[in-house]
Amino acid sequence: MTDGLDWRLWGIVLLCGAATYIWRALAVFVGGRVSPESEAFRLFSCIAYAMVAGLISRMVILPEGLLAEAPLSFRLIGVGAAVAVFFGLKRNLAAGVIAGVAVFALLIGFAGPPM
Amino acid sequence: MLPINGKTVGPIARGVIDATGMPALVLFASMVGYGSMAREAGLTLWTAIASTGLTWGLPGQIAMVELYALGAPMLAIVAASSAANARFLPMVLSVMPLFNEALPRKRWRYVVAQFMSLNPWAAIMRRGPGMTPADRPPYYAGFAGVCITAALLGTGAGFILAGAMSRNVTLTLVFLNPVFFTLVFADARGRAAIMAVLAGVVAGPLFHLLSPDWGLLLTGAVAGTGAYMADRALRRRYD
Repeated sequence: MTDGLDWRLWGIVLLCGAATYIWRALAVFVGGRVSPESEAFRLFSCIAYAMVAGLISRMVILPEGLLAEAPLSFRLIGVGAAVAVFFGLKRNLAAGVIAGVAVFALLIGFAGPPM
Repeated sequence: MLPINGKTVGPIARGVIDATGMPALVLFASMVGYGSMAREAGLTLWTAIASTGLTWGLPGQIAMVELYALGAPMLAIVAASSAANARFLPMVLSVMPLFNEALPRKRWRYVVAQFMSLNPWAAIMRRGPGMTPADRPPYYAGFAGVCITAALLGTGAGFILAGAMSRNVTLTLVFLNPVFFTLVFADARGRAAIMAVLAGVVAGPLFHLLSPDWGLLLTGAVAGTGAYMADRALRRRYD
């Protein structure tokens, strides 16, 4: 760390925030007069659900950065354990999350990348 | 109006109560992972915390941090970070109808948009339609307020703890996020939402292989529109 402000770094942080806000603002700008009962609302919801689900599935199957260090099988087994426990225990979110993360942690701890 | 444990609480309190627990905990832990990544990438404590507050979308923040560490040009970092957060367009579009009636002044909708992220979105999509329009903004404010507080604290904690955590711990914290949201969306209700989630799960990685830059937008456009059309056909035939 250098003395004083790192202007380039602050510039990047501020511009990244602004560049994400463009998407948010565009949506408010466009979507001013849509009713929750309309077909347009149903379409936007489907697009949003598909995009978010696609993002998460991509993060598990084709991750970038740190997560890519864990093998695909570990990631899939972890998510699989979470889903199984979640539905097995009547949609218990906490139990599912704990099971998935614990299985993943054990896999990388005992058989994972040598870190 | 909104009973919980036999007591009636207001919509702000209800939002705070719903967010306190798994959403806040998972968010805190995920942001510990992010804070630690940010430090390794060369961010300072305050730029790391500011990025969480300003960008408020983890995929875009991770893209920023990773490209910054590689020494990429500023414009490339900003473009990649923004593209990774393009989902906010359909997400905000899809919740706006729930807020339009209660927030006739557009400036408040722009505030709602800034605090949108996966957790508040999933909560308001699920609970919002069953509430009176006037209850939705305070509920959302309570929920999103807890989320952003947990995220800012997590980012700071992760930055400070970065050296003390092993790589496996950071890796597990980063994995927490997709696991949690897999379950949030496995719990989606309603035929259209369930079909859109399933189509998205399949299309997301496939379109990413096709084009890492446009894969996510294509997933929304193709899988989302496909699910909508399938749902509409089923509605016309059976409902």
